[in-house]
Amino acid sequence: MSANIFEKVKAIVVEQLGVDEEDVNMETSFEDLNADSLDVVELVMALEEEFDIEIPDEDAEKIKTIGQAVEYIKENQ
Amino acid sequence: MGVDQRVVLVTGASRGIGRAVALRFAEEGYAVVVNYMGNEEKAREVVEQIEAKGGQAIAIKADVSKQEEVEALLQELLNRFGRIDVLVNNAGITRDNLLMRLKENDWDAVMNTNLKGVYLCSKAIAKVMMKQRQGRIVNLTSVIGQIGNAGQSNYAAAKAGVIGFTKSLARELASRNITVNAVAPGFIVTDMTDKLPEELRNNMIQAIPLSRFGQPEDVANVVVFLASEQSAYITGQTINVDGGMVMA
Repeated sequence: MSANIFEKVKAIVVEQLGVDEEDVNMETSFEDLNADSLDVVELVMALEEEFDIEIPDEDAEKIKTIGQAVEYIKENQ
Repeated sequence: MGVDQRVVLVTGASRGIGRAVALRFAEEGYAVVVNYMGNEEKAREVVEQIEAKGGQAIAIKADVSKQEEVEALLQELLNRFGRIDVLVNNAGITRDNLLMRLKENDWDAVMNTNLKGVYLCSKAIAKVMMKQRQGRIVNLTSVIGQIGNAGQSNYAAAKAGVIGFTKSLARELASRNITVNAVAPGFIVTDMTDKLPEELRNNMIQAIPLSRFGQPEDVANVVVFLASEQSAYITGQTINVDGGMVMA
C-alpha cells in the first residue's frame, strides 16, 4: 500500500520539480530537491488532487520529506 | 481551434474599458471570454461583434466577488478552450458618496467587486497558469487609487489595494513566468464617467496636460501590450493611461 503511494508521490515530485527519479526516496526532503515555498504549495495541491484529500495548511507545514508525505496520505486517505 | 490559439479572460467586458479590451484582444487573434454580471444583451453584442470579424468569443456570466461563481466561470472556460493565457481583471463598480454619507453596503459592494474580485479571479486563474508555467495578469486600477478623490473613498481604497496586490502577486509568480501588472486609466469616456456632473468634467480637463479625455481604446492598447511578448521583462508595474494627469 505505502509502496504504491510512494510511487505516485515520486511521480508527482519528479514532474513538479523536474528532478531525477534516482534522487527521490523516502528520506529525501523537499529542501534537498531545492523546492521553494511556491513549489511546496504546488506539490501539496497536486497531492490533494491525486489522492482526493484536503491537506490543511497546518498539516502541510509539517510535511518536510517524501516519507512524511507518504505517511500523511496513508493516514488520511 | 489551432493548438497555438491564445485565450484571454476579460472580467466586466460587456461595456466600457472591458469591452474595448475584449475587442482589441480579438483583433490580435485571441479567443476571448467575455465575462459579465448584469448585462447579458451587451455581452452578447460584444461576442457577436468579435464573431462577425471571424474571431472566437463566448460570454460567461459570473459575479467575480463570489468564489463559487468564479470557479464555475473557470470550469466553463477550460471546458471550452482548455487553457488560459491572459487574465484581465477589469470588472469594477462605483458607489460614490462623501464619507459622512457613505453607507456600509456601498463600501462593501465596491470592495467586493473591485478588490476581492481581483483576488478571487487571480487565485483561480493563477493556479492554471502555474501549471502552464506561463501567463499574464493585467489589473485595471485607476488614477483615483493614486491621488484620491472626494466622494470616492471606497473606490480609491479598492483601487489602491489593487496596486499593492499587483506588486505582491508579481513577486509571488515571477518564478513561474507569470507577469502581473496594472493599468491606471485617468478620465476615460465611458458610462462610468458619463455619470459625473458637467462642471466637474470641465474642471478635470484643466488637470490633464493633453487637454482631452481618453478613449477606452487608449487603455486597451496598453493592456494588450502588457499581455504581449514585447512586455516580457515588465512585472509589478502600474502604467498610467491618463493624458499626463498623474506623473510619478
